[in-house]
Amino acid sequence: MQALTNRKKQVERKPMTLMEKLYLPSIFKGMGITFSHLFKKKPTISYPEQQRPFPSVFRGLHILNRDEEGRERCTACGLCAVACPAEAITMEAAERQPGEEHLFREEKYAAKYEINMLRCIFCGLCEEACPKDAIYLTQTVAPANYGRKGFIYKKEDLLIPDPTTDREAYEKAKGTIGTGVK
Amino acid sequence: MLLQIDWFIIIEKFILIAVIVTTALIVAMYSTYAERKIAAFLQDRRGPNRAGPFGLLQPLADGVKLFMKEEIIPLTSSKTLFIMGPLLAMITATMTSAVIPWGWTIDVAGRQVPLQIADVNIGILYIFGVVSLGVYGIMIGGWASNNKFSLLAAVRGASQMISYELAMGLSLIAVLMLVGDLRMSAIVTHQTQHGWNIIYQPLGFLIFFVCALAECNRTPFDLPEAENELNFGYHQEYSSMKLGFYLFAEYINMFISGVVMSTLFFGGYDIPFVNEAAWGAHWWVGLIGFAVLMAKAFAFIFLFMWIRWTIPRFRYDQLMNLGWKGLLPLALVNMLITAVVVLLLNK
Repeated sequence: MQALTNRKKQVERKPMTLMEKLYLPSIFKGMGITFSHLFKKKPTISYPEQQRPFPSVFRGLHILNRDEEGRERCTACGLCAVACPAEAITMEAAERQPGEEHLFREEKYAAKYEINMLRCIFCGLCEEACPKDAIYLTQTVAPANYGRKGFIYKKEDLLIPDPTTDREAYEKAKGTIGTGVK
Repeated sequence: MLLQIDWFIIIEKFILIAVIVTTALIVAMYSTYAERKIAAFLQDRRGPNRAGPFGLLQPLADGVKLFMKEEIIPLTSSKTLFIMGPLLAMITATMTSAVIPWGWTIDVAGRQVPLQIADVNIGILYIFGVVSLGVYGIMIGGWASNNKFSLLAAVRGASQMISYELAMGLSLIAVLMLVGDLRMSAIVTHQTQHGWNIIYQPLGFLIFFVCALAECNRTPFDLPEAENELNFGYHQEYSSMKLGFYLFAEYINMFISGVVMSTLFFGGYDIPFVNEAAWGAHWWVGLIGFAVLMAKAFAFIFLFMWIRWTIPRFRYDQLMNLGWKGLLPLALVNMLITAVVVLLLNK
């Protein structure tokens, strides 16, 4: 009969020799193997202190990006919400008032912007749909929470820190997470 | 004076008991830590490393956790016996340490103080007697919890311990033939003079060691706590510190059996190729002997753990086969050969 895999093995049915019946040689062999593991390198990572880097294609928590002058990029066009297959994104648009030009990049902006992280499947389609480069998926995992309400991320939770006032936090949020791993 | 009590003896023995029981408890405590660490190292992990430096406070954290846990006594259990089970296990585990010689006789302010609680002339028999009482801890625990699985596991454990005690006793008889004395101190002195018993009794030691594994319910003989066949074994209904005591008693047993094996086969507190008697009876000589004995015991504890994390558990019929058809005849043969050799040499 033709073998289905290349791992086929003929079963031996001959009775065990005395050495095999004693079992002790195989036990010592096994103990030698376990003993050698005492000195092997441990692949364990002490998690909260050390973190494995995510692959560059990893899609984690969202951020709403700002431009280099610290203005919000989002114009509340709603394309991300339309693209979202899980219907996790909702938003309300508002009109930029005179004197708010340093806050918002376009005449229209998102007054409310919410992502329900319980619905989100982290597909990244919102990122692709966005014409203004406003929404990005970072390399952070959404943290756990006790209630369902805590998983609905408001604009305050999503918006990236202002690069003009808080450069450091901005760089951190932009995605340096996971690079400090030995 | 009819009732002249030597108060020094009483004080001396009390101090000895306190020191030895404390040592046994601390060693058992840190055996739990060592077990987890060794298991981790053998499996390329790190093991407990959060509580204190290198996780050294882990046993304390475990103890606190066990004490804080909710304690459940099943309604249909027999309450007195249910509470007595772990107690018995603990008591029998610690009682064995009484006849073990822990070091040379030392000189304390002109008094000869042997580092042994009781040098009874049936020393090794006493150990066997107490160890077989350990069955009660398992049996009562399993029976009192009124759970069929616990009972089955307890019966298994009891029959296993009794089966292996036979081969253990027979393998020991060969040693006693060589020494010609049942006193533990005499066994050690004989070995310091004539070389360790392991040289003359390698097969006897192997049988004794395997039986000790079975008596301590260590893997590959840990059938009384077979969690996958019998749900959890004889301590299934136990919770909180009562379960802790059962597990703790197992570690004390392991330590004591390591000490007993060092004493019987590896010269006890004797350092090979060193004439310790020439050093005199200083207190530090006693301490060195104690340290040497502990080192041997620790080596055995490590060996126990190493075996545990290497060899899978026996099937029950295999276990009984090995005990009755393998080890018992072997021990008998070993005894016979030793008897013949001893007879021929003494002629």
